[in-house]
Amino acid sequence: MPIEVPKDTWPGAVKAVTLGATAQDGGTRTSTVTVGGERTLPFLHFEDTPPHRPVMALEITPVTPRDWSAAVLEAWGDVVDDPGRWAEACGSAGADLVVLLLGLEDADGGPISPDFAVRSVRKVLEGTGLPLIVQAPGQAEVDNALLTAVADATKGERLALGLCEEGNYRTIVAAAMANEHLVVTRTPMDVNLAKQLIILVTDMGLPLERILMDPSTGALGYGIEYGYSVMERLRLAALQGDAMTQLPLVVTPGFEAWKTKEAKVGEGVPDAWGDWRERAVSWETVTAVALIEAGADVVVLRHPESLARVKGAVDGLMTAG
Amino acid sequence: MKLAAKQVELSDCPYVTEEAKSELAESAAPPIRLIELVGRGRQVRAGNETVLFRHEKTFYNRPGILINVLDTLERTAIEDKVKRADAYSVDYVGVDLRIDGFAVESASGDPARFAETVSGVRDVSDLPLVLVGGDPDVLRAGLQVLDGEKPLLVGADPSNSERMADLALEHSAALSVAGGTVDELADLSDQLKSKGVEDVVLRPIADGMGASLALQTQIRRLALKNVRPLGYPTIALIDGSLDPAMTSVFATQAIAKYAGFVVLDAFAPELVYPLLVLRENLYTDPQQPIQVQPSLYEINGPKPNDPLLVTTNFSITYFSVANEVEGSGLPAWLLVTDAEGMSVLTAWAAGKFDAESIAKAVKEFGVADKVERRQIVLPGHVAVLSGELEEELPDWNVMVGPREAVDLPAYMRTVLAEDRS
Repeated sequence: MPIEVPKDTWPGAVKAVTLGATAQDGGTRTSTVTVGGERTLPFLHFEDTPPHRPVMALEITPVTPRDWSAAVLEAWGDVVDDPGRWAEACGSAGADLVVLLLGLEDADGGPISPDFAVRSVRKVLEGTGLPLIVQAPGQAEVDNALLTAVADATKGERLALGLCEEGNYRTIVAAAMANEHLVVTRTPMDVNLAKQLIILVTDMGLPLERILMDPSTGALGYGIEYGYSVMERLRLAALQGDAMTQLPLVVTPGFEAWKTKEAKVGEGVPDAWGDWRERAVSWETVTAVALIEAGADVVVLRHPESLARVKGAVDGLMTAG
Repeated sequence: MKLAAKQVELSDCPYVTEEAKSELAESAAPPIRLIELVGRGRQVRAGNETVLFRHEKTFYNRPGILINVLDTLERTAIEDKVKRADAYSVDYVGVDLRIDGFAVESASGDPARFAETVSGVRDVSDLPLVLVGGDPDVLRAGLQVLDGEKPLLVGADPSNSERMADLALEHSAALSVAGGTVDELADLSDQLKSKGVEDVVLRPIADGMGASLALQTQIRRLALKNVRPLGYPTIALIDGSLDPAMTSVFATQAIAKYAGFVVLDAFAPELVYPLLVLRENLYTDPQQPIQVQPSLYEINGPKPNDPLLVTTNFSITYFSVANEVEGSGLPAWLLVTDAEGMSVLTAWAAGKFDAESIAKAVKEFGVADKVERRQIVLPGHVAVLSGELEEELPDWNVMVGPREAVDLPAYMRTVLAEDRS
């Protein structure tokens, strides 16, 4: 019985966005990453070949993280004390890009300075040739001071600077525009808020090709279904032709998953949760893979074993079979 | 009109002929047939889905998660695996999550051995079964030890489908058909239907996650377009034998993308717990936000002199607060009021989160008996409630916490800690 396979044709497509610039393009990166460009829902090869793989980022910090789970720290060993070596290890672990997560403190426990942020970014850029996302701590004044300095000091690298939020995006967008960088926008799990912020950012003159959209997610068990559905709706809107949603989606399953008790701790939890380390990696992996099914283009992870598994999923999904 | 809106049943109408009834019932049948497997008094069902994306309406029937058992295993190993999986139960936000059944797979090809394995599984579990094997005689041996049950038979292909259909009809079992394309699957399910088999399950065979996603998507799309031969739930047999670490990855896709039954070849709590939670999350009705049970929750083992925070029972609100407090490592009591599943601001605006309802919860959950420190912390967004709450709870010191959950750890470390000393 020959049945015609229903194929969707969409008027819209996601913009392709490139992170990182090689020497040829005025940067120092040895590789670049291009994400987005989708013309179909995720991985539907029978409609169109997916143009770019979803990529894996690993998250690192400029000072040894204090509140990270022991399960992540032990997987990395002593490189976590040195952002340059840690960034290099991310490359060896198979990451496509690195996310440097600036905190509120510097190495001596004092308030973080723009100078310390710039030095940390330099160390990372020297340690790895991968493209970089720099994420500030999330307090408007501090973020603006740090990211302006970082943007100026790394002109032409095509870093992505984050996070642009509804209450604070102007200075970050201006710094990115002046120095050939990109920005990451973040809105709290809502299609309209996500669109609204893109309108504000593009109104300043930043082209869509220099924006990554983080619609926020919850971890498995902690609201993933909201993030999952918002991503599916954003991707449908993009394909239907809504320009302000046609951006690659970046999400942080690593950060979210490792906040949960299921991943973070191994003691004082129910026996039914099973072996801690395997459960923890699984928590991060299942969160990430579900979000990739919903349309994630960049997933930011923490544990190298999760990265290996998620990469295995992407390998499979990028093969038509 | 009422019929179209599903307010009355067709059978209630005295003027419709039997013939018209069956025609109308056919066209009104859900696009994906509901298939129920029955064990010894226990059931699992799949099907009745109506959408491609959960936000369009909701996903209805949580895919059954079953554990596979090979008949070549030692009997004690089989019993051990089945016992552990059968007894498995984990609490997730007050919901008891469990495994739904077992698949028994003939690897030996020996009918006697298969029957023995099936009866071995039955000795230690009442859950529904899936019988897997390509030889109808082997499956028959297994069926003979199952009385009054409705298992699913897996193993029909073009070469044996006639005999498999007879077997399924004889034992009123459901029957799955395997195929690598929608054409193959539709052909086989059509053949079964013409033989009288109504309870069909599709088993899409695809090499790798990309091909599997494509086939599952095509089946769901066509089923929703009322292509009846594809209007059945699907089963995914997850093969983690080459790389056990990828089992949960493959199963994640199966749960998210349309499988009705998911069979895992291994059982371990750390493998199934995340998958059961994923299934719970994705099958939550988006129109009806999940609520947590109003209660006095203990976070990080609080003592009577630890702080008391209050919030509403909207799941995301609860989890944001509970997660931040839990992540901080600081012990606290969290009083969750019944705000009909609304977030703090929405509930306050709707009059579902006010001084009265908070005071009521304090009384209902015996807070005063457990918490000695007479201090209650309101969410910052409802600072306006503090005056009224002081009147409702004259013995308590009402404090106003941060607006956002993310600022709670810092607040607890500074304001609450200072206050204590």
